Amino acid sequence: MPLAVELVSPERTLFSGDATMVRARTVGGGDIAFLAGHAPFVGALAVATVEITLAEGGSEKAAVHGGFIEVSDDHVKILSDLAELASTIDVERARKAQEKAQAAAQNGDDDEAIAALARASARLVAVEGFH
Amino acid sequence: MAGGQERILRRRIKSVESTKKITRAMELIAATRVVKAQDRASSARPYSDEITTVIVDLLRAGAAKEHPLLRDNPTANTAAFVVITSDRGMCGGYNTNVLRLAERAIEAARAEGREYSIIAVGKKALKHFRFRGLTVDAEFEGVTDQPIYDNARDIAASIRRRYETGQLASVDLAYTQFLSAGTQQAVLRRFLPLEVPEVTEAEGPSADLEYEPSPTGILNEILPRYLESRLFSALLDASASEHASRQRAMKAATENAEDLKTTLSRIMNRARQDSITTEIMEIVGGAEAMSADKGSAHELIPSHLEPEHAFPVHLDRTDHSRSIH
Repeated sequence: MPLAVELVSPERTLFSGDATMVRARTVGGGDIAFLAGHAPFVGALAVATVEITLAEGGSEKAAVHGGFIEVSDDHVKILSDLAELASTIDVERARKAQEKAQAAAQNGDDDEAIAALARASARLVAVEGFH
Repeated sequence: MAGGQERILRRRIKSVESTKKITRAMELIAATRVVKAQDRASSARPYSDEITTVIVDLLRAGAAKEHPLLRDNPTANTAAFVVITSDRGMCGGYNTNVLRLAERAIEAARAEGREYSIIAVGKKALKHFRFRGLTVDAEFEGVTDQPIYDNARDIAASIRRRYETGQLASVDLAYTQFLSAGTQQAVLRRFLPLEVPEVTEAEGPSADLEYEPSPTGILNEILPRYLESRLFSALLDASASEHASRQRAMKAATENAEDLKTTLSRIMNRARQDSITTEIMEIVGGAEAMSADKGSAHELIPSHLEPEHAFPVHLDRTDHSRSIH
């Protein structure tokens, strides 16, 4: 039995469909993957990529900038107040943002720059996969 | 006299007609906006529903209710009011209803000896409270027409900061609830301290959840999002109500313009007939006076006055080229 996955942002449901596996990263820094029959789980998400392996093959990736994941009864709900599907991410812009943030982060230990870097990286990973 | 009146009426009819065109267009725009706003409200619902479910699950799992947003601030003496109105008028009683409700609540707070703080969302709220001589502590414009989540985040952030630092005793939200396309109601809702559903400990199967990090840790993360999401749905509700009110007001205005046009045309036609009658009377009177002076009437009238002289196409008496003499 597949997992029923919903990726929800405050303004709309970004993705809804069946999947065999969902992989996400929690604030602890570790990746966690869910298969059908997973125990009920609630977690806070880090700024990272969520990968949904679709039941009909292929996968859907999304960059989430914080948020929550709830798993129960083979229903996976991902709530994120800022989430972007890989198909809607502007790669050029994300790469520029990454370079800018990288430079800023090297110059000083700036929280904002580090957060921006994490966001840009999450976007790029969602589009291009892990480096 | 009569010709001038006719001209004035013709001008008024024209202006009523163009006003009617405008109100009709606004009615149609508002109608599409209502539908859009409703769509947005319903696509925002899964998120706010789900966030509530997660909070309930966390509380069942024994998350501590220690977050500043859940606490009372016993030392603070300020009641804050977030008042959501529109930026533009032409929406009937929409703004008046919310503002009246908010003002009554503010008066009540002052009567109890408490300070007030107003957060105005929409130009109309800002103008109203300024005019009444009340201080507005924060204002947000250009939000209510089509609210986006970022707006809710900004507004929530400004409230949260002041609440978490213990400056505010309570925060109330005055907005218009969208019940149906025909019914909207101004309501006042307690916003902070957050009221979370009461949960008896460890009931149901969701108590066996796994957590990362701890239930309390997640709860502390999720409560600010819950605040934003509640504010966002209030904004969407207010926006749908605003457009529905505007649609109704503009429909009434269009109908009034139609009525006014009918009445004015009737008055104008009467004025035109009056002026024709007066003119004939003057001509006949003049002819008779001349015939009394110069001889028999049949010498004058048939030879000088053709029907088109007596009934010129228009009866502008300043037009000397059409004079009968």
